[in-house]
Amino acid sequence: MTAQTTPPRAATGDEALLPPKPVSSSGIPIPTVATADPTATAPLEAPGVYPFTRGIFPDGYTGRLWTFRQYSGFGTAEESNQRYRFLLAQGQTGLSVALDLPTQCGYDPIESMAKSEVGKVGVSLSTLADAEVLFEGIDLARISTSFTINGTAAIIYAMYLAVADKHGVPREKLTGTIQNDILKEYVARGTWIFPVKPSLRLIADSILYSNDVTPRFNPISIAGAHMHDAGATPAEEMGYTLANGLAYVDELGRRGGDVEKFGKRLSFFFYVHMDFFDAVCKFRAARRIWARLMRERYGVQDAKAQHFRFGVVCGGSSLVAAQPYNNIMRVTIETMAAVLGGAQSIFTCAYDEPFQIPTEFSAELALRTQQIIAYESGIARTVDPFGGSYFIEQHTDRMEQAILKVMKEIDDYGGVIEVIESGWLQRRIAERARERKTKIDSGDTTVVGQNAFRRADQSEEFGEVFRLDPQASQRVIERYEAVKARRSPAAVERALTRLERAAANDGENLMPCLVDCCHAYATVGEMVQRLKSQWGEFQEPVRL
Amino acid sequence: MTAILRLPVLRGRRILIAKPGLDGHDVGAKVIALALRDAGAEVIYTGLRKSPEYIARVAVDEDVDAVGLSVLSGSHCELVAQTIACLCEAGAGEIKVFVGGTIPKEDFDYLRGLGVCGIYTSSMHLDVVVASVADALAVQPA
Repeated sequence: MTAQTTPPRAATGDEALLPPKPVSSSGIPIPTVATADPTATAPLEAPGVYPFTRGIFPDGYTGRLWTFRQYSGFGTAEESNQRYRFLLAQGQTGLSVALDLPTQCGYDPIESMAKSEVGKVGVSLSTLADAEVLFEGIDLARISTSFTINGTAAIIYAMYLAVADKHGVPREKLTGTIQNDILKEYVARGTWIFPVKPSLRLIADSILYSNDVTPRFNPISIAGAHMHDAGATPAEEMGYTLANGLAYVDELGRRGGDVEKFGKRLSFFFYVHMDFFDAVCKFRAARRIWARLMRERYGVQDAKAQHFRFGVVCGGSSLVAAQPYNNIMRVTIETMAAVLGGAQSIFTCAYDEPFQIPTEFSAELALRTQQIIAYESGIARTVDPFGGSYFIEQHTDRMEQAILKVMKEIDDYGGVIEVIESGWLQRRIAERARERKTKIDSGDTTVVGQNAFRRADQSEEFGEVFRLDPQASQRVIERYEAVKARRSPAAVERALTRLERAAANDGENLMPCLVDCCHAYATVGEMVQRLKSQWGEFQEPVRL
Repeated sequence: MTAILRLPVLRGRRILIAKPGLDGHDVGAKVIALALRDAGAEVIYTGLRKSPEYIARVAVDEDVDAVGLSVLSGSHCELVAQTIACLCEAGAGEIKVFVGGTIPKEDFDYLRGLGVCGIYTSSMHLDVVVASVADALAVQPA
């Protein structure tokens, strides 16, 4: 969303006659000219120094660039494996697995709710056999893999460990991320399965297990991205996400975790849309807020456990179908904001994502966008090049205040679990979505090619059309049936029974049971059914 | 056109907004629901992950004039066909069905062939969507 120029609604009297004052998409006033802050006393700290406004590393990207991580996956494991190998051959440095909705919601591909969705928005992984094909020929000791998975995150993580076992890769060498953030699923993305409390337990179990078994793996990526894409402003995105982060820290503490240890493996994930300075400054502000919270509220001493590490996705709902090639420019600008904000990994959306799964051509172009910024533009050669700018520092301060205000609002309401279970937060985001839509409809927010500079003879052409292989879901089901026919029913039942018993015992960590289930070729749907039998399902609060 | 939003062109009409399948993107569904409600309709929203059978049953029980189906996962063809079949089976084939989401142009003819009265994507103005629904329900704009 762009900065918009609507005057504040509350303007009365003479103020109403003045020209409108610009505000950012987070509602922060934008000065015509920023000047030195006369109240500033301390000079800004160096990069890598608490509270890390200028970055968590003293050498920024000069030591290591961000990870180029393109979200990808569709159809069968074979097709997705082929796309991954293509992207790695083009210089991508990490994998990001998109999973289909049945896998994300815990259904087997033959279930009636699942059938029409198999392989549509990602790859189907129903048993270890699919994962074996997906990672064939990929060196898991060298390539880091990120999974956008939440409701079934612990299961998919267990499956990844089982694949690594099969490859003979020591678990401690594994790097990557599982999103594993259920709280925002209840708010914006919708792939919840279990109620809040057992979901938090499952997340805490996977994080604590990962800290010991796969110490280089990020077992959670606390995500604001989807809430922002759905309607929340950048300040709200950060405020809601940091509040969710605190809820996870509290849960991990309750389950006996040591914050000095698990704190080092917490990571975050956000969207960048078209308000450039809101994006740059929301990251600078959130780094500072998180470090202070970790040190002041939890007494964290180790700097690594105070670090706010985050990945970014550029594009999403800031991209439009009208004149789709314009999206390439949008993603370029957004990527620059992510780099200037200090992201650890970046996913650049392809220009055709508003209406289809990217083609190989558009996916490559999106990756090239990052590479041009990294290797040609020179903006990554010095750390936090915006640091010390009157405007950037002022906007970072104001963004920090705006984020803290959002966090206080949630606290005042009773905390994140309360705002989610009551449906308050879902409703707030829907209202924001409506405001955003109304501003675009009215032209208050300019979207070039859609509500401005439209051509009368505008073509809807966008190049190559991506078509999913209509036989893909059939092949998914064939492998699923074949696996069920050849596995040992007794071994599966043993593993599932153990899982069910562990689920009923709050003191037990579920991860070893899940890894055993995966090795026995139990299906995702079977594991979820056993957990549901103990925990029930989340009841969505439906409020308009 | 911009004034239509503020007129209760859908007063007295009952509309069900539904999310069939597993897709969790509900922003479009909610934004449309709010816009239709502001135009005077009584709007019922199902929440996420409903089967075509469930949606048809609610549509009949609630005696709605129209059902809006929101699908962004690419499964719109199957899910819309199944929902319309369930409505017909329940003897409620006269209930109008409209569709919103990520719908490629190539699928428009198929959906219209099923009897869908409107197909709406995210770039359309809300007032155009409201006017189109009103038109399908044969409501004369004031």
